[in-house]
Amino acid sequence: MSLTFKKETFRDDFSFRNSPASIRRFPFPFNEDKYMYAVNMEPHVPAGPPNHSYNKLIDVDEHFVAEMEDRAKVLKEDPLRYQALPHMMTAQWDTLELLMEQQAQGFPEHFSLDRDGDRWHWINRPMGIDRHFVFGDATTLPCEPFEFITRQAQGDFCIVDQRDGNLWMDAGMVTTQADWSLDFDVGMNFMEWHGPVPLAHQLGVFERALKFLLNLQQSKPVRRLNWTMTINPRLDTSPENYHKWGPDRATVTPENVGDKVHLRCELQSLWRLPRSNAILFVIRCYLIKMEELVTISKWARRFHRVLRDLPPELIDYKGLTRYRPVTVEWLSKFDDGAPTSPGIFPD
Amino acid sequence: MLVQGIKSRPVYSGIKADPNAVRHLFVLEGEGALALLDQAATLGQDIRSKTEVLYASTGSKPREHGQKLAALDFHDYWEAPSVAVLLNRFGVMLGTAKMGIRIYISGTEGFIGQAVQMAIDHGIDHNSLMTEHRGSEARRVQCVHCKGITDNVRTSPFTCSHCGLPLLVRDHYSHRIGAFQGVNVDAEAPGTAPPPEELFP
Repeated sequence: MSLTFKKETFRDDFSFRNSPASIRRFPFPFNEDKYMYAVNMEPHVPAGPPNHSYNKLIDVDEHFVAEMEDRAKVLKEDPLRYQALPHMMTAQWDTLELLMEQQAQGFPEHFSLDRDGDRWHWINRPMGIDRHFVFGDATTLPCEPFEFITRQAQGDFCIVDQRDGNLWMDAGMVTTQADWSLDFDVGMNFMEWHGPVPLAHQLGVFERALKFLLNLQQSKPVRRLNWTMTINPRLDTSPENYHKWGPDRATVTPENVGDKVHLRCELQSLWRLPRSNAILFVIRCYLIKMEELVTISKWARRFHRVLRDLPPELIDYKGLTRYRPVTVEWLSKFDDGAPTSPGIFPD
Repeated sequence: MLVQGIKSRPVYSGIKADPNAVRHLFVLEGEGALALLDQAATLGQDIRSKTEVLYASTGSKPREHGQKLAALDFHDYWEAPSVAVLLNRFGVMLGTAKMGIRIYISGTEGFIGQAVQMAIDHGIDHNSLMTEHRGSEARRVQCVHCKGITDNVRTSPFTCSHCGLPLLVRDHYSHRIGAFQGVNVDAEAPGTAPPPEELFP
């Protein structure tokens, strides 16, 4: 299927919208009417109804071009959003290979990759990029390989190195994050970078997740969904710019909930990389407005219940305190109390 | 106002001379001198003859720890006029250090953070460093917004010494930067920052 890429913004006038088809493919993160942290990982294999964001392992959608333009703007303002420690070069090439392969296989109308030994030819039609280069020779690309490919792939990307029985955040391209700083966290181990998350440490979630990930195998990626909420469709909700987007949280009124309040879902996938034995951690962000979300009755009912019954620690950590009550009230109009079907997909 | 209980917060397990080391390097600041003075009587001549001490007295100058350290028969004792000067010499020494050296760091958290960072920059695993917190609880904090570092932070919130934003001090710590994280406390309603509370005396 050929995609039509939208012209839209994630800042200033916030012209981002989802088409009806884009709403139906949204990875809705709640499989039941309540939410608590869990090691909710499953094999990352193609799934879901036709055209769902789960169909391809690296998803490309109608927002691709606009998201890449937003990433370029973020990097121009703050180059520290991309960092890679010096020992990560092999993992950088691993990542370039994986993303080029997946995008070319999943969306051949838009991307192609031809290989003749080490001489590779990459075409990214939506962005007008046509590049010959030598795999493994960074001088044949305009920038480091990890930066080159992640300027052409939706989502944030972290490469974690595995050593001493731990995982280390040693490289990242992070411009669409839910309020965490790559510049601060780069070089940290798994427990350190998850340090600020409440409740989950006591539940043993991170110990189990770390054990699981240390044993992640090649060709068997896994995925999980995570979520938060964002006021206005802003991709760059970084702590670096918190003083610029924080005031948005005080602008929600009963009249503008539908347009301003967004559910922000992260489709996270983790891939063992073949040469470096590092793990690529993909954090793909999807946004949906409340007025778009309630067009799917099941999601309207369920999200109302999840948000209404959320534990106080999560309300605080996810920064929902100011606008949760007004949002729950608005959503309640769409919840008739009827039971919801199991699973995340629309009925 | 402090966000507490965070797992990245460092643990300082105390310093004790390792009898198997071929060379001992003590990197000390202020009250950190006591971490060595308190155990000096137990150190044999063998260890003392292989021990080098770098010391910056900073706010502890009137307590004359430096004179007590100088009076001991260590292989070498050197007192720096400031932390910056001490760290410069420490960096040069690390550049030529060989296997078998043991590094012991003691002082305020901000000092430990900077010394550990210097060692990491020279390829030393921070887990192999012995550290002991002595003296003030004051923190070294990086502003997540402008990336400027403010030393000796005693309150939260405090005013970033670079960009001027009022910052909440989080218990999230980066070994690489050697600092805690500071985040704007009144971003959602500018001008409503609560008064500073002395949390790190």
